[in-house]
This record gives sequence, C-alpha cells and structure tokens, in this order.
Amino acid sequence: MSDTSIKLTVNGEVVSRAVEPRLLLSDFLRQDLGLTGTHVGCEHGVCGACTVLIDGRSARACLTFAAQIDGSSVETVEGLAKESGALTPLQEAFRDSHGLQCGFCTPGFLMVANEYLRAGGSADRQEIREAISGNICRCTGYETIVDAIAKVAGKAQDDRR
Amino acid sequence: MKPAAFDLLRPDSLEEALQALTAHQEADIKALAGGQSLIPMMNFRVAQPSVLVDLERIPDLRGIEEDGDWISIRPMTRHFEVKASPVVAKHLPLVREAYEHVAHFTIRNRGTLGGNLSHADPASEMPCVMNALDADFVLQNASSVRTVPAREFYLGPFTTAIEPDELLVQIRIPKAQADERFAFEEVSLRKGDFAMSAVAVRLAFDGDVCRSAGIALAGVAGTPVHAEAAEAELVGQPVNPDAAARAASSMIETIVFEGSANITAEYRRHVTRVLIERAIIRAVASPRI
Ligand SMILES: Cc1cc2nc3c(=O)[nH]c(=O)nc-3n(C[C@H](O)[C@H](O)[C@H](O)COP(=O)(O)OP(=O)(O)OC[C@H]3O[C@@H](n4cnc5c(N)ncnc54)[C@H](O)[C@@H]3O)c2cc1C
Ligand code: FES
Ligand code: FES
Repeated sequence: MSDTSIKLTVNGEVVSRAVEPRLLLSDFLRQDLGLTGTHVGCEHGVCGACTVLIDGRSARACLTFAAQIDGSSVETVEGLAKESGALTPLQEAFRDSHGLQCGFCTPGFLMVANEYLRAGGSADRQEIREAISGNICRCTGYETIVDAIAKVAGKAQDDRR
Repeated sequence: MKPAAFDLLRPDSLEEALQALTAHQEADIKALAGGQSLIPMMNFRVAQPSVLVDLERIPDLRGIEEDGDWISIRPMTRHFEVKASPVVAKHLPLVREAYEHVAHFTIRNRGTLGGNLSHADPASEMPCVMNALDADFVLQNASSVRTVPAREFYLGPFTTAIEPDELLVQIRIPKAQADERFAFEEVSLRKGDFAMSAVAVRLAFDGDVCRSAGIALAGVAGTPVHAEAAEAELVGQPVNPDAAARAASSMIETIVFEGSANITAEYRRHVTRVLIERAIIRAVASPRI
C-alpha cells in the first residue's frame, strides 16, 4: 500500500509529509506533528472531541484521512492562543464561566464555537445549543459552555451595533 | 491505526473514477465521498475496502441545477450546501425542511447528499424524502447510464441498486408544484441524530380534494417504507383531521415494529402513528409555494 504525499497548512505553517492513506487526520496531528491538543474520544464520529477546522469549517479529525485534505488549511486548538500564551476572548470566557471541568471535550467545543462566532452567530441560547449539538461533554452539563459562548457572541453583537 | 490498510485513488474526472471501479472489481473497491459514514465503519473494521476512490476532485459530481420541472443535485454536493441552497429552498421545500434533522453542523460540513443516499441507513432522512418525492437516481458505469426510481433503489439495510462498478452520478427531484403541500416530522434521541421514526409527506390537491399523495417513513424498517396504506386513505377526498387519523392508524397496521437500543417496539409504533397524523395535518395547513 503506497504512501501519498501531502502538503497542507496547519495553524499557518506549511507541512509536507508522505503518509499512509489510512492515517486519520487525528493521528496525523497528534502523532506525526505532536499537536496533542486535538483529543480523541470515540474515534467514530460521535463525541466531537477531535473537532478541528478544515478550510474554516469544523470537521471530525477522526473521520478524515490526512491524505484526503492535501492542499487544505487546518486549524487546531493550538492555533487559538497567541505565542505569548494570551488566550482568545472565547477561551477566557470558557475559563470565567466554568465552561470546562476535566477539559477533555474542550478543544472540540472551542473549535465549533469558533466556527459559530466567526459566522456571526447570535447569543441566542437555542442557536448555540444547536451549534454544539454534535459535541459531548460528560462534566459540565453544557449550561456553562453555552454561557461562555453567549458571552462572546453577545459582546460581538454589541460591538456591531 | 484504526482502519485496515488500503490504496487511495484520487481521480480528477468521472471517466477515470468509473474505469478504476471496473479495473479493480475483485479488489473490494469503494467510493469515498464525505467519509462521515464510511470512515466510522472502517475505524471499526466493519468495512475493510482494499482500494478507495476519492470522488472529491471530480468537478462534474458537484452542484445544484434547475432542469425544467426537475432539480438536479450532483452527489458530491455537501449537506451544508444543499441545506443552504436558495434553489432547494424555493423548489424543494420538503428537502429543506427535512434537512433540519440531518446530523450536526460539523457532520454536514463534510457529508454529501450522494454519500448519504448511497449509504442507505434505514434511519436516515433523505432516502425517505426521496421516496416521498419520487426522485430518480442516475447510476453510471464505464459503459452505460441508467435511471432507478427512489422506490426501487433501496433493497435492504445499507443495500441499494448500485452495482459495484457503478456510481450514483445525479439525483433528479421533481420541483414542487403550486397545488402541492409538504411536511416532515421526526423523533430522535437528540436533534441531529438518526430518526427513531420519521415521516415525509407530499400531498397534491385539486381544490379541496387530495389528488395524489407521497408518504414515506424512515427508522421503522430496513429500508424507507412507502406508506401506501396511508396514501390510499387520503386520495380522492378532502383531507381533514379525521382522515389524517385514519391514514395513520391504517398505516401502522401494515408494519411489524421492532425495538432497538433506545426505544421499545411499542413506543416506536405509537410515535409513528402520531407523526404520520401530525405531518398530514401540518402539510394541509402549510403555505403554498
Ligand atoms: C455523529 C453523526 C451523526 C449523523 N447523523 C445523521 C442523521 O441524523 N441523519 C443522516 O441521514 N445521516 C447522519 N449521519 C451520516 C451522514 O449523513 C453522512 O454524511 C452520510 O450518511 C454519508 O455521506 P458521506 O458523503 O459522508 O459518504 P461516505 O461515508 O463517504 O460514503 C458512504 C457510502 O456511500 C458510498 N458512496 C458514496 N458516494 C457514492 C457515489 N457517488 N456512488 C456510489 N456510492 C457512493 C461509499 O462507498 C460508502 O459505502 C451522521 C453521521 C455522524 C458521524
Ligand atoms: S474522537 Fe472524533 S468524534 Fe469522537
Ligand atoms: S469538561 Fe469534562 S468532558 Fe467536558
């Protein structure tokens, strides 16, 4: 089974590798690139812990072969905070609202919330719940996650006024 | 690594993809669309294809077009594109409405309509909608093209009329007519999950009288169920709540309901009756297109 050459951008850096076709994007990020912020829970698409952005849209890294996305641009949770370690407003809001406990699900929630906020998502709790409906959290009960996203969405709405 | 090893082909044209399917017939070759159903099965090693043909790079397999009285959707059009399409919203209100129940944002970003219809999950919404709308599926191999009506396409759970050397290349759906009404109803564990039971309803009227009906169910059998008993109760008369209740009651008598992990047979029977009745009543009251 022959390897496939791929070239993609990960958090703004160009990466070229030869990979086995069966290598999942989640394993590529974690094992080949050492980006272990992308978590793997179920590895069959159900939990959302592995969510990353591919060309700006959220995707399950465990349901994507690295070879499939040759030429794409990938963003992971490591790409959010500044090199200085400064957190994004969304990450700050998760911390302030207790939007995480064990943190296992958090990278996935941050990535879907990012997609939602970039698309101009509103602070409406029902809409936020729908946006995160594909992600499972076993700790928080979701309310605090919705609080965190609503806080950032509400601020963005005010700023636009 | 979770999936078994395989070779990946990434053709740039439909011809190349179809030739590859013909050339690798013994090799358990499979098409790869959005991967949102196939890759979980490969991760479990329930599926172990030795060759995958990725359809991603084939421009002919994408897009939504008007074609006279039909809307043609190419299979690699992603769920989110179909859901957001103004053409679909205008001409295929039932597809648009049912998309509210198909998977989650993240899955819709990569999953495709063609992959969804080919996968043939018995609890999937779109196969049921295509049944109710009498859509046509265009299948092609290296030497010929044929059209299979949705009602003849689904042969069993995860089994369709697509031959191993064929691809689904086009889905043709009749445009909604001015005298038609639609509704879709579903019960699932969470929004975006597969249906425990779902019903798609198309009713065409001549004044007050129902001229024809297309009703289909998902989640209640191994394939979408074409609800002939319910249709028979409605056609030829005005559709009022009594008629809707009769249609629902007679329909559930024709099905042997089964339980599954999250739902008993009894409950599935009950919600199916309620959903059929509700969808018919709501369709009658739905706005004209
Ligand atoms: C968490 C989760 C929730 C989901 N919820 C729902 C839901 O509520 N409702 C629902 O309907 N679906 C749901 N899905 C499935 C989703 O809709 C998939 O996108 C879809 O079933 C498969 O589409 P795909 O493009 O990903 O196809 P793939 O997974 O790539 O392929 C599926 C199958 O179709 C074959 N195939 C693909 N394209 C063609 C073609 N053009 N010609 C011939 N064969 C082809 C493949 O060989 C494979 O056997 C869910 C999935 C996940 C992971
Ligand atoms: S690890 Fe990918 S969805 Fe659970
Ligand atoms: S914080 Fe523990 S799973 Fe969400």
